[in-house]
Amino acid sequence: MHELDLKAIGVTGINQKLYNIPKDSNERHWVIRNPMGQHAIACGVDGPLMIDIMGHVGFYCGGMNKEAEITIHGHAGVGVAENMMSGVVWVKGNASESAGATANGGLLVIEGDASSRCGISMKGVDIVVGGSVGHMSAFMAQRGNLVVCGDAGEALGDSIYEARLYVRGRAVNLGSDCIEKEMRQEHLEDLARLLDRARMKHRPEAFRRYGSARKLYNFNVDHADAY
Amino acid sequence: MDTNVPRTPPRKSATFDDYTLAEIRRAATTGIYDIRGAGAKRKLPHFDDLLFLGASISRYPLEGYREKCGTDVVLGTRFAKKPLELKIPITIAGMSFGSLSAQAKEALGRGASMAGTSTTTGDGGMTPEERGQSRHLVYQYLPSRYGMNPDDLRKADAIEVVVGQGAKPGGGGMLLGQKISDRVAAMRCLPKGIDQRSACRHPDWTGPDDLEIKIHELREITSWEKPIYVKIGGTRPYYDVALAVKAGADVVVLDGMQGGTAATQEVFIEHVGLPILACIRPAVKALQDLGMHRKVQLIVSGGIRSGADVAKALALGADAVAIGTAALVALGDNDPHLEEEYRALGTTAGAYDDWHEGRDPAGITTQDPVLAARLDPVKAGRRLSNYLKVMTLEAQTVARACGKSHLHNLEPEDLCALTVEAAAMAQVPLAGTSWIPGRAGY
Repeated sequence: MHELDLKAIGVTGINQKLYNIPKDSNERHWVIRNPMGQHAIACGVDGPLMIDIMGHVGFYCGGMNKEAEITIHGHAGVGVAENMMSGVVWVKGNASESAGATANGGLLVIEGDASSRCGISMKGVDIVVGGSVGHMSAFMAQRGNLVVCGDAGEALGDSIYEARLYVRGRAVNLGSDCIEKEMRQEHLEDLARLLDRARMKHRPEAFRRYGSARKLYNFNVDHADAY
Repeated sequence: MDTNVPRTPPRKSATFDDYTLAEIRRAATTGIYDIRGAGAKRKLPHFDDLLFLGASISRYPLEGYREKCGTDVVLGTRFAKKPLELKIPITIAGMSFGSLSAQAKEALGRGASMAGTSTTTGDGGMTPEERGQSRHLVYQYLPSRYGMNPDDLRKADAIEVVVGQGAKPGGGGMLLGQKISDRVAAMRCLPKGIDQRSACRHPDWTGPDDLEIKIHELREITSWEKPIYVKIGGTRPYYDVALAVKAGADVVVLDGMQGGTAATQEVFIEHVGLPILACIRPAVKALQDLGMHRKVQLIVSGGIRSGADVAKALALGADAVAIGTAALVALGDNDPHLEEEYRALGTTAGAYDDWHEGRDPAGITTQDPVLAARLDPVKAGRRLSNYLKVMTLEAQTVARACGKSHLHNLEPEDLCALTVEAAAMAQVPLAGTSWIPGRAGY
């Protein structure tokens, strides 16, 4: 394990260090001290590193992550793991708006709550939230899974494409073209796998599934009221 | 009827003209607003309303063909470690793979590279064809983030954060299902054949304070090497440019309402935004007030067609221009030799704008492999390169006549306006007078 002190070398110093670790290096585990809520910590990492950030982070922590397993031992600001490609970003606390926005792959776990627009325009990521999510979560969600162990705010899944949403608690209401769907065996198995990966102790049967009615996929004037 | 009685001839309404009546009938029949490509087609105050004064006794001209007139421009000198060094101040605007064929994107890259300038991706990610043929490639960062990934981000030579565009400031994108081919669908992570709507706001930032943080993230990921552009549609240019600078932009791209789009509602294209002529001086004023003119470079676009337009835009204070529609025409769009095929589509060469339908006989705005194969990227790239070089020569010709040894030495003092409106917008004197509307209380 190697330590980096953000207070001493700054965000750019931290990120440059992480970017320049050779792929074949055995220096895989890095601990970042004193994150101080700074933005863009450990964004753009491209390699199978284990990164522990010991405190709260600002915007875009773990953004565009590839392969790294990043654990935030605190709360995360806006856009944690935005556009993540692969790997894992794990938030021990709560996350602000737009967690996992546009992310293509990997796993984002938020043990606490996530604010509005969680999973907005997600493109293949798996997101598991231990608590609740705010309004407009999974807006225009294209692909991937959003698992909410608590409640979902207003307009869940508005204008959703092919993403799958699982909510254990109550969804205040659903957005345009988002409907409740049958929970089939394949979905129960997928959900069990996601909960297991996120170390969430809930029964898949306690969740409801939501997805796209696919009525807005091609314009029809008779559906204009939905916009 | 007594034909000997004088009668007034049939008189059509200026308000309800033939076009308007046809649009009402079309809307009543189809139940959907009109969608089309390209930019505003209405008559607008434009660069044609400006003239260069040229040198005579009070100004000293440069000899054409003999005395040097520089055309180079460096973009991104504020923060980027590797600014873009272009031979000419005419760049190719962002146009997506999806709206354009892969052949067209390749041709744009080839033509731009031959002429020593940059081309730009669009709302659909970076294709190998375009990257491979583009010496200087600007990677657009849009609300949809289609195809966005850190590898392509790092392959780019500059990054353009798109906040808006002139054809539809405040609006998102649209690519109708007929153009969502297997390849386009895969790049955008969407099912094939569905209408693709791009959001009008970015998913993870709101407002200039957030934008500053987003730009910081992009700089971190690209190790502070790439210039970061911010593209805005022309609406409130003074404030928007000032905020883009405040957010940390290296370059501001300002697009007027004549700027094209792949597909947007007609009502949006024709009724939202400002003509580029009205945008440049407020934008330059914002840069000057911040002490950032020539430090943060300004690229303007929207209806640039000739070297004269380039020279006028630069004289008003821009550092470079971008072309989109004109570049497509140079590739072969709307060419009269395809008139028969345009007629079969219910239009005519020069008016074809149903780019969203994907049936472009020129093989440019299509994903149909048979149509797309009609465009030879090598030949089309050469045409674009020729056109860019002609524009540059024209701009140099004008600049030399004004006594300027570099295009960037052109200034508002070299211009006059033919109309009061253009004089007010460009803040240059009405021709034959010293009157600039709005100045000195008049």
